[in-house]
Amino acid sequence: MPLLDENTRKQVKAELAELESPVNLAVFTQTFECQYCAETRQLSEEIADLSDQISVDVYNFVNDKEKADQYGIDKIPAIAVVGAQDYGVRFFGIPSGYEFMSLLDSIRTVSAGRVDLMPETLAFLDGLKEPLHIQVFVTPT
Amino acid sequence: MLAHHLAIASDLVTADMVEAIEFPHLSQKYSVMGVPRSVINETVHQEGAAPEPMLLERLKEATTAD
Repeated sequence: MPLLDENTRKQVKAELAELESPVNLAVFTQTFECQYCAETRQLSEEIADLSDQISVDVYNFVNDKEKADQYGIDKIPAIAVVGAQDYGVRFFGIPSGYEFMSLLDSIRTVSAGRVDLMPETLAFLDGLKEPLHIQVFVTPT
Repeated sequence: MLAHHLAIASDLVTADMVEAIEFPHLSQKYSVMGVPRSVINETVHQEGAAPEPMLLERLKEATTAD
């Protein structure tokens, strides 16, 4: 049974209509013992169906350990949104509710490969010498 | 999400959206009670959906903190 209803599919398709370049959704799941793994995979595949620019690769967290390490995946379900390069954009847990809009936004932004940030922020990022890891905790609303 | 935009803008930044209910051990580790709650480099926290100038202050804190 599809996760996205007909109306939502139409809206998502419209939102993704102008993707400039390809985006790959690397989805990490596991066959057993993962609460929302199947739904996360299914959701990613349904989104990818709505755009020629979006592809999905599904990896097994246990069997595809090198891939998990490559993408820095330490928990599942996980989606890495990858464009021309891996910018370090990750979603952990099923992206539903507010997270779903953020997923679409990240697909669009990763595809464009450019963002709109304040000059002060860009200056800060330019001067950055060490890695910054930001984790944003959310709940589905 | 702003954090993801920062990750796209810089090779040194990575950003995770983490669904708190599915990862209760992490929610506990970072004392997540209200969401959204941002955790930067394990040490600096920001409650709520902070606007860019406020998040920038937190990023600066996180990178000068010992």
